[in-house]
Amino acid sequence: MEGVQCDYLSELDVVWDRSETLTEKPFHYCPGCGHSVMNRLLMEVVQELGIQDKTIGVAPVGCAVFMYHYMDIDMQEAAHGRASAVATGIKRILPDRFVFSYQGDGDLAAIGTAETIHTVNRGENIIMLFINNGIYGMTGGQMAPTTLKGSITSTTSSGREYDRHGYPLDITPLISQLPGASYVTRQSVDTAKAVRKTKKALTKAFQFHMNGGEGVCFLEIVSNCPSGWKMTPIESNEWLQDHVFNHYPLGDIKPFPK
Amino acid sequence: MPEKQLMKGNEALAEAAIRAGLKGYFGYPITPQSELLEYLSRHLIDRGGEFIQAESEVAAINMVYGAAGCGKRVMTSTSSPGYSLMQEAISYIACGELPCLLVNVVRGGPGLGTIQPSQGDYFQAVKGGGHGDYRLIVLAPNSVQEMADFVFKGFDLADQYRNPVLILADGALGQMMEPVTFPDYNPEDNLVDHSDWATQGKPASRGPNVITTLHLEADKMEAVNLKLQEKYRTIMANEVMIESIQTEDADLVLVAYGLTSRIAHKAVELARNDGLKVGLLRPKTLFPFPSQHLAVLADQVTSMMVVEMSAGQMVEDVRLAVNGKVPVYFQGRMGGVIPQPDELLKRIHQVYSSSSTQVNS
Repeated sequence: MEGVQCDYLSELDVVWDRSETLTEKPFHYCPGCGHSVMNRLLMEVVQELGIQDKTIGVAPVGCAVFMYHYMDIDMQEAAHGRASAVATGIKRILPDRFVFSYQGDGDLAAIGTAETIHTVNRGENIIMLFINNGIYGMTGGQMAPTTLKGSITSTTSSGREYDRHGYPLDITPLISQLPGASYVTRQSVDTAKAVRKTKKALTKAFQFHMNGGEGVCFLEIVSNCPSGWKMTPIESNEWLQDHVFNHYPLGDIKPFPK
Repeated sequence: MPEKQLMKGNEALAEAAIRAGLKGYFGYPITPQSELLEYLSRHLIDRGGEFIQAESEVAAINMVYGAAGCGKRVMTSTSSPGYSLMQEAISYIACGELPCLLVNVVRGGPGLGTIQPSQGDYFQAVKGGGHGDYRLIVLAPNSVQEMADFVFKGFDLADQYRNPVLILADGALGQMMEPVTFPDYNPEDNLVDHSDWATQGKPASRGPNVITTLHLEADKMEAVNLKLQEKYRTIMANEVMIESIQTEDADLVLVAYGLTSRIAHKAVELARNDGLKVGLLRPKTLFPFPSQHLAVLADQVTSMMVVEMSAGQMVEDVRLAVNGKVPVYFQGRMGGVIPQPDELLKRIHQVYSSSSTQVNS
C-alpha cells in the first residue's frame, strides 16, 4: 500500500501486517510456491513468540537456499543435506537458543538421510522443517526421493517406475518411530485453513522448546512446485489435494508427549 | 612448576584442547586417532564442553561448521579416510572464515590403506583438499609435547585469522608415549570476541549475522576470494615456524617434518660423526611454508634432501622454493613403512659425494 493515499485506512484497526522479523527483500520464490508461505509463517511465529533475538535458523541447499535474505534473524547456510548436523552444532554450543533447520526432500531425505535419522535419534532439542514437494526444484526438476509413481521429471521422462527408480521414500513415519522425536506432524499450506493449522503446529513446536521440552519437533509440509510440475499455482494445489495427500496423508503422526 | 606427565600423543592433544577452552568436540572413531575421541568423551563434558560421537565424519565436520559459526572454540579429529570425507565442509568452513581446530592423525593410503603412520596426506593438507581456492594453517608437530603445544597455538591462530587450523600428525605421534608438560594457559586471556559476526541470536541493536558461502554473482565471489588470498598472504608473511639444526655450516641440508624429522635428526648426528657437514631444516608450519628460509639456504648449501613417508609430496614445495639453485634429492617410504636412520645415512653418503663431485667439476 506504500505510496497510495487511503486516508480512510488510518481509521481502521490493523489486523495483519508484514512481520517485523522479515527483511524488506522480496522473495525469489516462484508464484504460488509453498516456500513463500512457510518462510512467512516461520517469521510470524518467531515475532509473535518474541524470540527473534534467541532464534537461529539453518538454511538448506535447494530452492530455500536464500531464505536468510528474508529472515531478520541470525542464520547459517548449510552444505547440501547437512542442515540438521549444523543445527546440532549450534544448539549444543548455545543451548538456550531456539534452533531450526529447514530442508527440502532431496536435502533431507536423499543426500542428508543419515544426518536426518541420527539428529532425530539423538533427540536434539531443535525444530526440523521438511518441505516435501516431490521434486528437485532448484536444479531444474529432477526426480526426488519422494516423487510419486508415474510422475514425469527431467530424469524420469516417462514417469517414475518402481522397478527402475525405487519407491517414494515416506520418511516422516520412519522418523516418528524414533524415541528422539517428540512431535511429528505432516501439514500443508495449500488452503487458508491448512496455513492456519501449519502455523499452529509451528507455534506449538517453538513453545515446546520454550517450555523446556526435549527432543526433535519434526514438521513435514507437503507442498507444491508449480514450475517443476509445469502447472499453474491453482492446478498444483488441486494436484496436491487429488493425488499427493493420498500418498502422504496429513495430520499428527506423533502428538506431543503428555 | 608444571608437572611432567607420561601420555600418548592423542591424549596429550585432547587434554591440551580442554585446557585451551574447548567448548565442543564432534568426532567419529577411526584408528589411529580414536584415543582422542575417547579421552574427550571421558573428560570434556565435566570440564565445560559438549561432546558428540557423530554418525559419520561428514556429520561431525558439519557440526563443527555450525558450532564454529557460534564463535566458540570447537574441533574435530580423524584419520586419513575420515579426513577425505570431511573435505566438502572444510571448504565451506574456510570460505565462511570459521575458526576451528582440525586434527588428522595420518595413516597410510591410498584407499582403506593401513593403520600405520604415513605422511601421504601432505598435498591434501596444504593445497586445500576440498574444492576451490583456500588454505588451512597447517601445523606439523614432531613430539607428544608439540601435539599439546600446537593445540594452544592452533586455537590462537584460528581465532586471530578466522581460519581453520589443521594439526597434521601421524599414527606414530598419536600412539607413542612421551613426557609432556602443559603450559600455564588461561583461555579467558586468549579468547577473541566473535560476536560481531557469529550467529548467537540477533539483538535489536544489530542486523542479522549470516554465515553463508554462496555468492552467485561472479564479481562478489571474486571479492570473497581476493579477501581470502589477502589473508593467506598475511599468514605467509607472519606465521612461518621452523626448527633449524646444524644448518649454519652445512653442505647438505635435510628437510623433513613431523615424525620423519626426528629420524632425519638422528641421521644428521650419524653423518656428523662420519665427518659430513649435514644439517636439518624442519618446517613446523606446512602452510605457511618456509619457502624464504629454503631459498636463503639454497645459496649456502650444495644440495638438499627431503625425507618423507610418502612418494614425494613436500619435496615439490622445497623444489619450488629452491628454484633450481641446487639439486633437491628425495628419500621416502610409503604405505606405513617408517624410514630408518641407517638407510638415510646411506643415502646421505651417496648424495654428499655426488653433490661434492658436481661442485668440484
